[in-house]
Amino acid sequence: MISKASSNASCNLPGFHFKMLIDLNRQRLKYYLDLIIVLTKKEIKVRYKNSMLGYAWSIANPLLYALIFYFVFKIIMRFQIKDYSLFLISGLFPWQWVNNSIMGSAVSFIGNVSLIKKVRFPRLFLPLSQVLNDAFHFLASIPVIIIFLLFYDKYPSITWLYGIPLLIIPTFLVVYGFSLAVSSVNLFFRDLQYLIALLLTILFYLTPIFYTVKFVPEKYRYLIYINPFTPLITNWRSLFMRNIFNWDKYLLSLAYGLFVFIIGYLIYNKLKDRFAEMI
Amino acid sequence: MSEPVIIVDHVSKFFSLHYASGIKELLFHLPTYIKEAKRKRFFALNDISFKIEKGESFGIIGPNGAGKSTILGLIAGVLKPNSGKVTTKGRIAPLLELGAGFHPELTGRENIILNAIILGMTKNEAQSKMDRIIDFSELKDFIDQPIRTYSSGMIARLGFSVAVHVEPEILLIDEILAVGDTKFQEKCINKMMSFKKMGVTIIFVTHSRDQIEKICERVIVIEKSRIQKIEKIGKKI
Ligand SMILES: Nc1ncnc2c1ncn2[C@@H]1O[C@H](COP(=O)(O)OP(=O)(O)OP(=O)(O)O)[C@@H](O)[C@H]1O
Ligand SMILES: [Mg+2]
Repeated sequence: MISKASSNASCNLPGFHFKMLIDLNRQRLKYYLDLIIVLTKKEIKVRYKNSMLGYAWSIANPLLYALIFYFVFKIIMRFQIKDYSLFLISGLFPWQWVNNSIMGSAVSFIGNVSLIKKVRFPRLFLPLSQVLNDAFHFLASIPVIIIFLLFYDKYPSITWLYGIPLLIIPTFLVVYGFSLAVSSVNLFFRDLQYLIALLLTILFYLTPIFYTVKFVPEKYRYLIYINPFTPLITNWRSLFMRNIFNWDKYLLSLAYGLFVFIIGYLIYNKLKDRFAEMI
Repeated sequence: MSEPVIIVDHVSKFFSLHYASGIKELLFHLPTYIKEAKRKRFFALNDISFKIEKGESFGIIGPNGAGKSTILGLIAGVLKPNSGKVTTKGRIAPLLELGAGFHPELTGRENIILNAIILGMTKNEAQSKMDRIIDFSELKDFIDQPIRTYSSGMIARLGFSVAVHVEPEILLIDEILAVGDTKFQEKCINKMMSFKKMGVTIIFVTHSRDQIEKICERVIVIEKSRIQKIEKIGKKI
């Protein structure tokens, strides 16, 4: 049984055994895991129930973007990038995760008023379920990337086996960090929700998704690289397109990931006690 | 009676009445904004103290806006006091709003799992209690329908059924019996009585003096953010 004693209730009872503490923590961990799973499943279920084409939609969106960019940049502007359609989708699919999670998390707390107001549980699981839901959809869309590869006569390699799990870590950290900050701050300034859509669009253009870093004039490159998503997205792309996992970029993205996550967590932590009264 | 399981010790809670505006105000009127924020404080609770003992049934009554729900929020741990301290011992089932966290698109059964885990059960516990929860709710054939198709009374039934199966040590009840029909209300009161026998501590907010007298041993009357009096049911102190 999980003891939900309030934070003020102290545990320094006489005869309190260390073993009990471990058991208690193990049970709590198990409980938290159940909670995360059930919340994430709910997100996924709801997404599928709302539209008959659930999975198809999560794929159609980036594909449609790819189509538009292909038309504009390859056919009209004559960009010189090899295998441009593959290039586009291998950046757009991971970006879709980033974009949907951060947008979606804006309403993670606001959309769960009754829970926040009435039940005490770690609130950071709500944006987490959003992020995991989109991570799930991203992973489920990888077969589509493989189909494109095959179309270009390319094949996934063994590199994917460690590249994908490794890259998930910094992607998750950076996305969850942003999500925590956005979902918390949005309770206090509701306009953030609209601002964030704009900021994400700007960020999208500042991330080399439909162009390469080489296109960017030297003196502006730093702008591209202070963007935490740059090393991430370009690494995902080189993994998908060329089976290359770049360790330098990886370590940079991991550093960004940790940084963003810590900032996001601190913001959440600072504001969390007042969620119930703001909502 | 033995040791207290809830101690509310000189607790005050105020709400700042700003923020409703947006970023515009914040950016363009920052100094006034901060000043206003300090000034527009509203004390919902002012220096409240009481202790509730294990197994006690404790009523709270008072006019609208007196601060009753705020007290329950503090005990449930969703609100933090601005001063003073709230201490609780034991698993709390907050029946502050039935079906908190229910999702309209999910079926009754799916919502039971979701709600049960949110209220503190593990998945195994929730699954093993599923049949009992469904029985208690009397929703039978509707249980596999999405709950957006339920009436509000049906949702309340489902919510109450889950909450009472959490095996709480402390039960917080905030005017939730109003939506159920008479028969279900009776069933809830009976369930509360049986909880009481099992030694569960109950805190009960309602406007119905009758219900309080049926269930509680003590009742506090709260008005204008302060405790006006504490009465023993039957005789005043
Ligand atoms: N989140 C909040 N922000 C600002 N003011 C609040 C907030 N929550 C409650 N209040 C104020 O605090 C006071 C007490 O509210 P509370 O909900 O505790 O009343 P109550 O006794 O439960 O009333 P009722 O009988 O209507 O349920 C009210 O005046 C209300 O306006
Ligand atoms: Mg109330």
